[in-house]
Amino acid sequence: MQASVSLSTSSSSLITARSNKAVQCAAVTSATTSCNLRFCGLRIELLHFTGEHRRVRLPSRRVLPPISAALSTNGSPPQSFDYDLIIIGAGVGGHGAALHAVEKGLKTAIIEGDVMGGTCVNRGCVPSKALLAVSGRMRELQNEHHLKSFGLQVAAASYDRQGVADHANNLASKIRGNLTNSLKALGVDILTGFGSILGPHKVKYGKDSIVTAKDIIIATGSVPFVPKGIEVDGKTVITSDHALKLEFVPDWIAIVGSGYIGLEFSDVYTALGSEVTFIEALDQLMPGFDPEISKLAQRVLINPRRIDYHTGVFATKITPAKDGKPVTIELTDAKTKEPKDTLENLFESGIASKRLSMAVDAALIATGRAPYTHGLGLENINVLTRRGFIPVDECMRVIDANGKMVPHLYCIGDANGKMMLAHAASAQGISVVEQVCGRDHVLNHLSIPAACFTHPEISMVGLTEPQAREKAQEEGFEVSVAKTSFKANTKALAENEGEGLAKLIYRPDNGEILGVHIFGLHAADLIHEASNAIAMGTSIQDIKFAVHAHPTLSEVLDELYKAAKVSCESLNCLSNAN
Amino acid sequence: MASLSKLSVSNSTSPAISFSSSLSASPLQWRRSAAIPARPRWRLAVVQAKIREIFMPALSSTMTEGKIVSWVKSEGDVLSKGESVVVVESDKADMDVETFYDGILAAIVVPEGETAPVGAPIGLLAETEEDIAEAKARAAQSGSKSGSSAPPKAETPAPASSTAPAAAAPTVAPVAEGPRKVVATPFAKKLAKQHKVDLNSISGSGPFGRITPEDVEKAAGIVAPKKSAVVAADPAPAAAPSPKMAGGSGGNFTEIPGSSVVPFTTMQAAVAKNMVESLSVPTFRVGYPVVTDALDALYEKVKKKGVTMTALLAKAVAMALVQHPVVNATCKDGKSFTYNSNINIAVAVAINGGLITPVLHDADKMDLYLLSQKWKELVEKARAKQLQPHEYNSGTFTLSNLGMFGVDRFDAILPPGQGAIMAVGASKPTVVADADGFFSVKSKMLVNVTADHRIIYGADLAAFLQTFSKIIQDPESLTM
Repeated sequence: MQASVSLSTSSSSLITARSNKAVQCAAVTSATTSCNLRFCGLRIELLHFTGEHRRVRLPSRRVLPPISAALSTNGSPPQSFDYDLIIIGAGVGGHGAALHAVEKGLKTAIIEGDVMGGTCVNRGCVPSKALLAVSGRMRELQNEHHLKSFGLQVAAASYDRQGVADHANNLASKIRGNLTNSLKALGVDILTGFGSILGPHKVKYGKDSIVTAKDIIIATGSVPFVPKGIEVDGKTVITSDHALKLEFVPDWIAIVGSGYIGLEFSDVYTALGSEVTFIEALDQLMPGFDPEISKLAQRVLINPRRIDYHTGVFATKITPAKDGKPVTIELTDAKTKEPKDTLENLFESGIASKRLSMAVDAALIATGRAPYTHGLGLENINVLTRRGFIPVDECMRVIDANGKMVPHLYCIGDANGKMMLAHAASAQGISVVEQVCGRDHVLNHLSIPAACFTHPEISMVGLTEPQAREKAQEEGFEVSVAKTSFKANTKALAENEGEGLAKLIYRPDNGEILGVHIFGLHAADLIHEASNAIAMGTSIQDIKFAVHAHPTLSEVLDELYKAAKVSCESLNCLSNAN
Repeated sequence: MASLSKLSVSNSTSPAISFSSSLSASPLQWRRSAAIPARPRWRLAVVQAKIREIFMPALSSTMTEGKIVSWVKSEGDVLSKGESVVVVESDKADMDVETFYDGILAAIVVPEGETAPVGAPIGLLAETEEDIAEAKARAAQSGSKSGSSAPPKAETPAPASSTAPAAAAPTVAPVAEGPRKVVATPFAKKLAKQHKVDLNSISGSGPFGRITPEDVEKAAGIVAPKKSAVVAADPAPAAAPSPKMAGGSGGNFTEIPGSSVVPFTTMQAAVAKNMVESLSVPTFRVGYPVVTDALDALYEKVKKKGVTMTALLAKAVAMALVQHPVVNATCKDGKSFTYNSNINIAVAVAINGGLITPVLHDADKMDLYLLSQKWKELVEKARAKQLQPHEYNSGTFTLSNLGMFGVDRFDAILPPGQGAIMAVGASKPTVVADADGFFSVKSKMLVNVTADHRIIYGADLAAFLQTFSKIIQDPESLTM
């Protein structure tokens, strides 16, 4: 990534004559006509205006939808639409896109057939954080050894299940309210009903309301994926949707899947007194994390807790508790070591070699999430989904069955499956709005951080070490790894939380950051320094001079940068190498 | 990767720290707790059985001993060169230690959580399956010689788990079918491993016959050390675990099976402390029947103005105390009277799981309505646990009323730092004969005052109660 910030502006002689302050550029961007201008972060002197061909309407910040929509229809006869942009799905992705669209002066509508806020706010990140906040405190209060080392004495901690559940529910409704209000306040039309695509520029919502828009973004998200053979009854065999309501705390719960959803729930359940058995189809717990991090995480988050696990097995059949019988789970050994690409493949290739069964009080299915794209009317525009995901190019433009781009149709978030994270969806939405407004923008997915909010937390951005080494081999560069331990950090030790590791994967030749992985106290908050550095293309030799307050956990990253050995010390090293 | 430390080595090709192994021929003689064995190590020696020792590696120049954080591999696991086997905590960081050799982890000599000096053997690595038995035998043999606790571990079969590789030692195989018959919860399995309890020997008491952690603890003879901090303060349960089985022979208290120990909350602990302290004060009690018809009538009148019975009683007590300052006094040092200039009436309130005494300051000076209002505020604050210390510990006289529950009389314990406490029972219709021999039915309430006899004598209390009774029987003065 070379250019870190791209400012687009409609320029005129008028402006250039006055000054070239960025502030003014921003003020004019609402005029929506554009010419592209990219400049590097701090080098203002590079800023100069190129376009000279359009007269600008300086004070006009208000938006005239049909005109602005028609303005950029490149060559085609001006056409009038109800909206500049329609977003199907009011989750975090749709919300992020809508906010940015309003900022860019687009007349925007958002269609929601269920509750505002989507998965993240109602059935995902948000309520789970409320439960994890409780579990974190419970852990602190239950850890006598830890408290004693602080000189603290706390009498037995206990909890009220309904109180915990209410906290999660209240948080979700609060965030949902905030999200809805922010859209209303900005003048985004909220259209209620199930949205589907009728054809180019045309969307149906509710029973038979039809609206048109110049551009359409699909942001319909995902639902919990339940492998076949598993019967979900919502009480004893549940998905994350049910678990977040915390209707009961079982004595013993099996969690199918040890990804971040399963891991977070194991943290919640064990803190509340449950025992947990993980069932993982892959040979290793916590697939997807950097192997070293997952090894350490297993040592801290699994082994000392009331958790055991079966790896390399499929839960081929799960029957809910009925008539006084427990939940039964049939496990099938994954005998073959064939290439394992996707979850679906895995479940199909499972050949029964050894059958085991187990009986537990409840089972949580955390085997990932499936795109929610059914009934979207994709057949009307000749788009075929791949395992439910809508195929898109790097700019989130939808690809049809013939491999051609569908004009003015974009898909963001879980529905395209590029990176199933709320903030990734939002970033993709912003990227799409940028393009709709005529600015080239490609989102660097390697700069999107991810976090798992266990205690302690896990966070990551960019490539894992094996991925980096593979890429290095293909492209012929060297990879180095630097590590620091939280044991060496003053603040972590003051908190008695020395357990943790930060790991930096980088190119020693030019100082490019390829990936950062952190396991430790507040890792989720620490990762952003690294993800921003990747997004901005900042090299290690530059960032190592940045100052961190002492004593803070952020010094873990400071140490990391300073531990890295970059052969090239020139400031322009990274950009030259690219 | 071994470079976990602050001084991380970024060179990707740097070798991981690996334990040094030595090939040793026949009877292994290692000592667990001894210093580094002085016997020579030799590599590539000709051996009959290919068993290697795994030594505690030196992970830093300053390291003299290391703690086994965890064994990544279990006994019977097949290891290949470069794989992590054990995690060792040095003075600086936790590091994974990798093996230089292929083989099978035959025996773990130093279990998780224990410490061994640098160079001491911590495990045995067998080259082939056939060597495992021998390695185990040697581990057991040498273990019995040294009398160490480690060897039984070698005989303990690996935990039942579907993940046990097929290549594992033959002894493991029969256990692989275990889960079908023996169902144990994850924590129960962990405990069983930790305390070397054979799960097959336990019958489960949990739902569906599963083995619970409690079952394992029982089998291992452990009194569940649930809240050690609290339990430790009480000398009784500290007895050896065996009396538990004998039933009733150990300690002062018989342990009743199935009982649960719930430690005091902070508030409950404070109450308990005060109650024990109160034993050092010589107290006595004086009771008095009070006719309350007039008070009840007044209460009916002022109720709608927000006046509560508590406020009425507090006010009456305060007005009586004005006339009997000694009852409002305190004996602080056992040598003198401390007369309090203010009359602060503390009123006992039961709140969820505790007891607190919000204080009505200057109850004699405040009018009834203000007093009622103040009381409401205090109760709300008490429920929200927001009382400031001066709002509950500055009382000079305490009032405790259980009348609302129908209690006709009771006896209160004098709180430390005060001279007297009044226990108020319910007001009940009673047949009364007056001086002229006429019978009538009157509401009568029994009050019982507990006082510190060092400063308050019987006559003082009697006089005080008489005054109090008069005020109650002619309560108009309360409203002035």
